[in-house]
Order: sequence, then structure tokens, then C-alpha cells
Amino acid sequence: MELTLWTYEGPPHVGAIRIAASMRDVHLMLHSPQGDTYADLLFTMIEREGQRPPVTYTTFQARDLGSSTAEMVVNSLCECAERFKPQVLMVADSCTAELIQDQPGALALGADLPVPVIPLEMAAYTRKENWGAAETFYQLVRGLLSRQAPPPGTERPPRDANTTPSVNLLGPTKLGFRCRDDVIEIERLLRSMGVDVNVVAPLGASPQDLQAIPKADANINLCPEVSDLTCSWLARTFGMPTINTIPMGWGATRDFITEVSAVLDFDINVDAVGESRLPWYSRSIDSTYLTGKRVFVFADGSHAIAAARVARDEMGFEVVGLGTYSRERARDVRAAAKEYGLEALITDNYLEVEAKVQELQPEMVLGTQMERHIAKRLGIPCAVISTPAHVQDYPARYSPQMGFEGANVLFDTWVHPLIMGLEEHLLHMFRDDFEFNDSVGPSHLGGEGEGARAQGSPDDSQPDDGAVVWAFEAEKELKKIPFFVRGKARRNTERYAFEHGLTTIEVDTLYDAKAHFSN
Amino acid sequence: MSSVIASDVGEHHPGPQTQERGQRAVFCGLTSIIWLHRRIQDAFFLVVGSRTCAHLIQSAAGVMIFAEPRFATAILGERDLAGMADCHEELDRVVSELIARRSGINRLFLVGSCPSEVIKLDLETAAAKLQVKHENRVRISAFSGSGIETTFTQGEDQCLKSTVAELPALGASEENLIVLGTVSDIVEDQFRRLFDDLDIKNVHFYPGRKAGDLPAVGKGTRVIAAQPFVGETARALIERGAELISAPFPLGAEGSKAWFEAVAEAYGVDSERTQQVLEMPYQRAKRAVSVHCSKLEGKRIHFLPDSQLEIPMARFLSEECGLSVNEIGTPFHDQLLMRGELARLPQDVPMVEGQDLDPALSRVRAARPDLTVCGMGIANALESEGLRTKWSIELVFSPVQGFDQAGDLAGLFAKPLAREEILEVGSWS
Repeated sequence: MELTLWTYEGPPHVGAIRIAASMRDVHLMLHSPQGDTYADLLFTMIEREGQRPPVTYTTFQARDLGSSTAEMVVNSLCECAERFKPQVLMVADSCTAELIQDQPGALALGADLPVPVIPLEMAAYTRKENWGAAETFYQLVRGLLSRQAPPPGTERPPRDANTTPSVNLLGPTKLGFRCRDDVIEIERLLRSMGVDVNVVAPLGASPQDLQAIPKADANINLCPEVSDLTCSWLARTFGMPTINTIPMGWGATRDFITEVSAVLDFDINVDAVGESRLPWYSRSIDSTYLTGKRVFVFADGSHAIAAARVARDEMGFEVVGLGTYSRERARDVRAAAKEYGLEALITDNYLEVEAKVQELQPEMVLGTQMERHIAKRLGIPCAVISTPAHVQDYPARYSPQMGFEGANVLFDTWVHPLIMGLEEHLLHMFRDDFEFNDSVGPSHLGGEGEGARAQGSPDDSQPDDGAVVWAFEAEKELKKIPFFVRGKARRNTERYAFEHGLTTIEVDTLYDAKAHFSN
Repeated sequence: MSSVIASDVGEHHPGPQTQERGQRAVFCGLTSIIWLHRRIQDAFFLVVGSRTCAHLIQSAAGVMIFAEPRFATAILGERDLAGMADCHEELDRVVSELIARRSGINRLFLVGSCPSEVIKLDLETAAAKLQVKHENRVRISAFSGSGIETTFTQGEDQCLKSTVAELPALGASEENLIVLGTVSDIVEDQFRRLFDDLDIKNVHFYPGRKAGDLPAVGKGTRVIAAQPFVGETARALIERGAELISAPFPLGAEGSKAWFEAVAEAYGVDSERTQQVLEMPYQRAKRAVSVHCSKLEGKRIHFLPDSQLEIPMARFLSEECGLSVNEIGTPFHDQLLMRGELARLPQDVPMVEGQDLDPALSRVRAARPDLTVCGMGIANALESEGLRTKWSIELVFSPVQGFDQAGDLAGLFAKPLAREEILEVGSWS
């Protein structure tokens, strides 16, 4: 039993629904109790979809238990096949249905349905949403392609140098982070390299499209959370190479171009493919104020790793914390964190993340909507870089995270919540100005921005243990320190006072501590 | 006295009534926690369930809460299900952790879910055991909000029902009034002023703002429902000697007037005095509603089953706003609580109890009503087909009861129609 307030991921069957909702001409029959239909609103409300996901729920109730739930499954299956006429019907249990063991997959296979059936096992009590999406996509691809597989050990013939090289873009889904725009951006990038995109899946693909996957020369593992499993199966079974670089940020996009050309064995001048404004924007003097800003990064595995690299190498931030909620990607994130001299935070417990942010007192948080809440509470600027995300993170405008345009978007999005260079200095110099002070946050955000300082937020109040008392003048002096380092200054001063056996913090204690910790 | 004070109106809907079975697009009772945890400020709701339960509550709530919520989920894992871990011991550990963390909590509800019901986890016994351990610290009890037993708003009914046994006995010569079902703080304050003016004393709102605000109940108790989904609690109170006052729900000017009149009548308040007290707020409500009527008159409305508010809303809109009702879908039809409503409904409105989603949507598409009241998951899907909608969860989340909210209530329905008139972009039809 695990105590959970907010959850980063839904249950695995929500992952299955994401795959179904991403595709055309498939339908999912989900054996589930009344109430599980809430999943519809993830798509219709959060992503503003104009239709319900292609899911039929059995919605059994207590009165159906023990007698007619299996019958409900068969009836629902027949109705799905009849009403929606999908090319493929997927069948799964939600968590409660798993317990009553009707085995809808077996029932479907035995029901002589007029459509091909793919049964799914969702492991509701051990797994989560991203795993469910990955497993569903894999079962679907395997189910549709295994008959085409060459005998094991067959060598894949080398690519005919006279044909245009082609790749599949695998992994983008509904409710993924900016998948809609990333697909457009990466397709554009590949086209400008002279590479064809054979199949994009699951987003926008039909089962028929999936059958064309082996025709491409390689697979791009664009969203490893969803496509890792499928890419490695395709590599094993069809000898298709996988391109693993996630093209997020300027450097990673160039690395991606290099990897694509290496895997497809053709020469390309990286500089000729495209360019982003990020390098110049980051070098322009206005960006000096970004230098060494302490940033905390927490996201799904691939966005966390990619964001950390952009933050340090391309924005000039200092990454002070790096973590992920996805245990499947823990190893990669741990390895990445080492490069920054950090120990990765691997947890899906929102409270642990909050405690870490509070402890680190970063100047900016790059995270999910959960971290947005944490940052808002603590008065720290924040940009959302990963799922789970809320409706405002599915913007109307073109807003990719990947490729060269994606790098531009990252620059803008991450700079936006911060106080601009000279404004920061002025605030620092004239702290007592009645109109312009840091409690109103960045002026371009009109006091509404992420950085808007909540009055009396936790790090700004007296410690409740009462061990060390702040003298009035010292407290006043503390308020003159910019809010984004004030929490840290308070902690350090209290620690200094404690270590030196002081019971009252005077103005001098504050500056003694400042000198002490600046060594 | 009979246990129910019947109003002078008929008890049965004369129109065509059908029952449907099939796919239902409704939330489960856990959703009630979203407003219950805000109404009862010192209560904590611990769902014993799966990741789905946790995900449902935060998705339905839109993760709109920045403070640490007063609800959580104890997620059952494989070890719990396989019997490798003792669920009671596990629950003990989780509850201790929680109580240590939240010092301001005086009441803990263990909330059953589909998985906990299916594995027959006895939360009532668990609550009793935990109560012994935390006797002087927090009051602990259990109810079920599972989807296999409850829909959406029924979670509140189960929660309240679970506390009825704790209500102290009302003294033999005493009288009190219980207003049953969550209303917002502002509605409670307005109602209290009107009850004062009517000289009706000893009024309790149930649930109250604090978990310890438990009304006494006995022979001298009268109960009036403020919400249409509290039927089982009403029955439990009747069993403890209370009388149920039958009335329309306090929605709209007419509904509110009839609701207060029914209470005043039960208390034997002089009818002239009642009219005197109610006249001003009633006229004010009529004026407020009339502002929106030009948008609403003559429009056709269709209710898909969701919050249980469908029947009283249909009554309000047809009686006061001039809408014609195409179909009333309702998750279930509680004859006892709907007694005061049915005769006020138009005679020929088809009423459908239960749901079979796809055929129900086909009827909406065929009828193309001007406005469809439905759950959040369906609203955008209908909008994209050129149909205006109002999501019903908003009706539960907004203060809509009473005279001074009647205009706001009409406004909730008028807004999507007004929006269609304003927008000069794209196409809705």
C-alpha cells in the first residue's frame, strides 16, 4: 500500500487508451467498472479533442458481479465490432476488471468476431501509464507484423544507395508533450536532410500504416517512454537500426542529424540542414543574467535528460537537481545526473520532489504541472517541459520542443518566467520601492507570472522550531536580498547561527554567514 | 405523523419513462470527495484503491488545488492483493503516517473503491480498529465511493449515511431542522438568514463546515433535502425518527420559494408571514432570472445522465426560463426525493433512467437540441459536432441554490448560447 496525493502517471490502461486515441481505425474495448470513463476527459478537456477516444467501456456495477460480467464483455465486443468496424479491436482490463478475471482477451479470441483482436495484459497493480502505452504499442506492432518477419538470423540487405533513405518516427502519442508539433518539426528536418518519413506511429497511423513499418531503413525512437520496446523488437526481428538521439535543443538536434546520416550511411553537412536562433540569443549580452542561474529539472526520463543538457550547455544555467518520476528510465537519468555531479532524484512521490525543491532553493524549476504547483507555492519561476501537463500546456500555436524551432521555443519559454537582466539589478538596488519590488514578480508578467511571490510562502517565514530568533533589523535586512536567493540566505544564516551557538540573528550575523558560505 | 410530509402535488411523472442499460459515461462516487473535502474543513478522505482512483480524482478536479489536498489514495499493490501483506497492517501504517503529517485533521474517512470492494476489504472493521488506536486524536469511519456501487454524487450520500449512526439523539421535547446535502458557504448563510426571519430555530446544515458539527436526530427532527442525491441518508434519518419534508429543490425562484414554503408549512408558520418574508427575495430572484430568459426562451434542452440534478434543473428551466425539454436522462430515479419535482415537469417529457451511451448520443445527434447538459468527457465531442453544451459538474461545483443564486443558475445555461451569438470565428454548425 502506497500513500499518494497526486500521481504523475495514470494507470497502465490509460496508456492503452492513449495509443487507441492516437490512431485511426482502431478501437479499444476496456473491461472496467462504472466511473473509469473519466479517462475520456483527459483527451476531450486537457487536449481539447473534438471526439471521445475510440474506447468502449463495459462499466459493470455491483449487481453484474458474479453473474453477467463476462456476458457484458462479449456483448460489448460484438457491439464495438458492429458499430465502429475497426481494422483492429484491442481488448484490455482496467484495474478492477483484472481482479474479477473474466479474461476478456480470451473471450474476444473465442467470440468469432469479424475483426482481428489484439488482447492486452495491463498489470494494473505493478505498472503505470507510460508502461501501458509502450506495451500496447508493442503488442499492436508485433501482432500486425510478426507474420511478415523474416526467419531469425536473416541479414537485412544493405540499403540501395540509389533510393531515398527513409525512417519511421515512432513514439509520439496523444497526451504526450508537444508531440503534435514535434512530429511536424522533425519531419521537416528530415525532409531538409533528404530523408523520407515512411510511417509516423502511433500518432495518426492506422493498423494498415503499421504494416508498412519494415519498409523503412531505420526507426527513430522519438519518445522512448512509448517506443523503446517496439524499436528494440523491430531491431531484433527485422534488423532495423534504431536512432536514439532525442533532438531536443541545438546541440542534440545536430547530434541527431549526425546519427541519422551515420545510420543511413550518407554524408551530410550539419551546418546546411538548418539553424536555430538559440546560440546567438544565448550569446547576446542580454542573456548574461542567465549565467549560473540554479535550475532544478524534474520530468519524464527523456525530457529531463534533454532539458538538463540544454539548461547547462545552451542557456548557461547551473543544474542543481535532476530527476524523474519514471522508474523505467531511472538508469539513464542516474547516469546523466552523474555528469552534472548530482545524484538523481528518482521518485513518483510529489512530496519528495517538493521537499527537494525546498531544500535546494533553485532560481528556476523545469518540470511537469506538479512542479509548476510546487514552484508556485514556493514563489519560484517555472516552465513546464514534460507530461503530466495541463490544458495550458497544449497550446494553440506551433510550439515544438524538438529540432531547431524547438530550440527557439525552449529559449523563449524558459526565459519568459524570469526577471530580465537590468530589471533584476534595479530591483536589487532599490528594494524598498513601493511599486517595483520583488513581491510583484517580473514586470512583464503583471504579477500573474509563475514568479509572482505568494505572500508568506513557506521559505519566507520564521522557522517554527523557534531555536533561533531573528532580530527585527536582521529580518528587515533579509528582505533586501532578492527573493530567489532569500530562502537560501535564511537557511544558511540559521545554520551558521546554530553552528556558532547564537540564539539571536543580528544584521552582522547575516553578513558573517554570507562571508562564511561564500568561501 | 407519517414519516414523509407529502406535498400536495402528485408523485409520479406522467410522461414516458424508460430504463436503459449499457455503457455509462458517469463518474464514480469518489468524485464527491472533490467538494466534500472543501466543505468539511477538518476532514481527510483516504481512498483505499488503485492508481486509477487517484488519477480519477485529480483529473476530475483538474488539479486545481495548490494547497496540499485533504484527500489521498492508499494505492493497493500486488503484495496487498496476493495476501503477502496484511491489508489491515498496511492501512494502519498509512493512516499513522497521515495523521502524523496532518495535525489539523479531526475526522478521517476511509473510502472504499472498486478494487477494495471486489477484494472484499472490510474498511468498516478496519476503521473501528484504527479508531481504538487513535481514540483521542481523530474520529475514523468508512464509506464506499466505488463505481460498482455509486455514481458521481452518490458518494456524498454514502459519506453522510455513514455518519448517521453517530448523530446524537434529540431530546424528547426538542425540535430541529436538518438541511441535507452540501451547499456552499454563502448559500448556507443566506438560508440561515431566511430561517431566522421565519423564526425557524435550531437549523443544522449537514454536512457542516466542521466534521464535529453533527446535528442531533430524533422524533422532533425535520429533514429537507437541498440536493437531489442524498436519498439513502434521508432514509437513514427517517429510520431514526426524522420526518422528511417533501418539496421541489431550491433551484430557481419558484423552486426556492416552494422549498421554503414547505419548511414553513411544516413548522406551522403563518402563511401570510411566510409570504412576507419570501416576497422580496422571490421578486429579486425572478428579476435576476428574467435577465437571461431572452437567451433561453423557446430553446430545446437535452439532459444526459450525470449529476442527479437533471430532473430539478429540467423543472427550473421549463418552468421559469421557457425552455422545452427534449429528454431527461438521469443515473437513477429516486422516487422519494423527486416527489416534489415530478408534477411540475412538463407532462410529455421522456425520462430515461440509466444509460447506454452510444444510442443516447445518437438520440442527441438526431434531435440536435440547442443545449445538451452532459459530463465533461462528452462535452467537447458534442461541441465539435456543432452542438452547444453545459457540463453538469459545474452545476455541482457552483453555488446555485436559493433565491440569490437563481440568476446565476440561469446564467450558467445562457452562457454557451450567448457565446455562440458573440463569436464570429469558425463555425459551430
